[in-house]
Amino acid sequence: MSKVFIALQTNDDTRPIIESILADNPHALPVESPAMVKIDAEGRLTVKRESISERIGREFDLQELHTHLISLSGHIDESDDEFTLHWND
Amino acid sequence: MDMQVPKKKLGLKERYTLMTRDLAWDTSYQPKEKVYPYADYEGIKIHDWDKWEDPFRLTMDAYWKYQAEKERKLYAIIDAYSQSNGHLGVTDARYLNAIKIFLTAVTPLEYMAHRGFAHAGRAFPGPGARVACMMQAIDEMRHAQTQIHSLSNYNKYYNGFHDAPHMYDRVWYLSVPKSFFDDAITAGPFEFIVSVGFSFEYVLTNLLFVPFVSGAAYNGDMGTMTFGFSAQSDEARHMTLGLECIKFILEQDPANLPIVQRWIDKWTWRGVRLLSIVAMMMDYMLPKRVMSWKEAWEIYFEENGGALFKDLARYGIRMPDCCEQIRQEKDHLSHQVWAAFYNYSAATDFHTWMPDEDEMKWLSQKYPDTFDQHYRPRFEFWREQQQKGNRFYNKTLPMLCQTCQIPMLFTEPGDPTKICYRERDYKGSKYHFCSDHCQHIFDNEPEKYVQAWLPVHQIYQGNCFPEGSDPTAPGFDPLAAVLEHYRLNAGRDNGDFEGSEDQRNFEAWRGMAKRND
Ligand SMILES: [Fe+2]
Ligand SMILES: [Fe+2]
Repeated sequence: MSKVFIALQTNDDTRPIIESILADNPHALPVESPAMVKIDAEGRLTVKRESISERIGREFDLQELHTHLISLSGHIDESDDEFTLHWND
Repeated sequence: MDMQVPKKKLGLKERYTLMTRDLAWDTSYQPKEKVYPYADYEGIKIHDWDKWEDPFRLTMDAYWKYQAEKERKLYAIIDAYSQSNGHLGVTDARYLNAIKIFLTAVTPLEYMAHRGFAHAGRAFPGPGARVACMMQAIDEMRHAQTQIHSLSNYNKYYNGFHDAPHMYDRVWYLSVPKSFFDDAITAGPFEFIVSVGFSFEYVLTNLLFVPFVSGAAYNGDMGTMTFGFSAQSDEARHMTLGLECIKFILEQDPANLPIVQRWIDKWTWRGVRLLSIVAMMMDYMLPKRVMSWKEAWEIYFEENGGALFKDLARYGIRMPDCCEQIRQEKDHLSHQVWAAFYNYSAATDFHTWMPDEDEMKWLSQKYPDTFDQHYRPRFEFWREQQQKGNRFYNKTLPMLCQTCQIPMLFTEPGDPTKICYRERDYKGSKYHFCSDHCQHIFDNEPEKYVQAWLPVHQIYQGNCFPEGSDPTAPGFDPLAAVLEHYRLNAGRDNGDFEGSEDQRNFEAWRGMAKRND
């Protein structure tokens, strides 16, 4: 299985997003670099709107991710509730 | 009695369909072929544009909202950075030379990408592809603008930042990025999107915008960090467009596969050659280093690019043939390119230098199989010569590769002691290449590449002197004339960093920032 990744800027807005991703994807591994974190995951990684909303105490729109995203890899499947990266192999 | 029924909010997928595809129409006054004249000539067969899926499902209204937010953030940071004299917080003024390269070699490409995507967006008959290309065209314009705005702050204090667009069209090494993009935008819309959207954005730009920009942050350059990450936040969408486009083309018709494969082979190699300058920026120009070029290469090209090609294998796509040579070159690339720029430092808009002992140690450790054996002795010799007041400058113009336009500086695969040359006769003229892969690209489209504007040929033909120069006049100095034509201030913008005005000013100003005299 190949790895997918999502890379986010590190700031106060992304801290709860990163926490949610790591909680929802126990197989994911964060790699920190200056000003950014890259989260690698074997095969598939899902970002869940609800987990983030719970942590930040307000409704989160998954498209807010656009403001903090640095890069990603894999095919994307996006709905109102989930943003998933995956490879098909 | 009427009941007020609360309107159900539309889901993301429905919103996207309504706001993109449903806003498109078929033409009736003019036939389709006349409205989209570039859609067929490349041989790509599309049967159903409705199969195009934009996975991000970003609609124009949401696009404006998030882009505006990114801009507000970016400009707030840029203002704070310049108001607080942030430039004095960078690790070392040597670092700024990497940023000069960024401004002259990358920023103009952002603008060219804007033009290319605007054209592709107009040329594709499908609304999903058109909307995605339009957003990317606007993004690329934004990247060019934010980079110019962020870096103009440095132009107030340091040399070499003063005329990037003029230099982009003239300076010898800048013909490498320029010809890369000119090649892409003069191709058809499908090749353009495979070249830039897929090969360049998906497979390669991570190397520039992720580890290098993280390196900028590490070196205290808040300006570059901000525009870099801000640009890269659009890049996630661009890479998705590139990948989506490849999948879409391949799923539409099996006859598309060999065409797409040839483009992937060509543009992976073109992109790898273009990025060789980033290899040197990462290994030699960042005083504090996040990771080596080789390590970044392994993460973003081998691991990530490898996953991508594995995924595309089900369509019949294979890794490009050049990958074996690319694998071997990762141990050599940054050293060879830095050595070449060190040689020709009298003709660049930035300074070069030899790494100090600590940096050499880092290089040995990161490149245990190659650095001490092949590069350290040469670099130590140059350093010694420079310390004796005998700084080496190469005055002979190099032979250039007809395809990538890079001087012949790469070595033979398997033999790092021998420069690699390839040669081809075409219609009575000889053409030279840095590699088998650049030669194959030429062989496929010779009529395109014979037109290449090669800076060295142009200088020898007398086309790079200021207007009115007389090369036959006694005492005519061709190098000085070329630099004047480039609008380069000889002795200030170029040469060794040791003893440069940038070095002196940075030291003096940093000293002043800590004292009250
Ligand atoms: Fe861009
Ligand atoms: Fe070449």
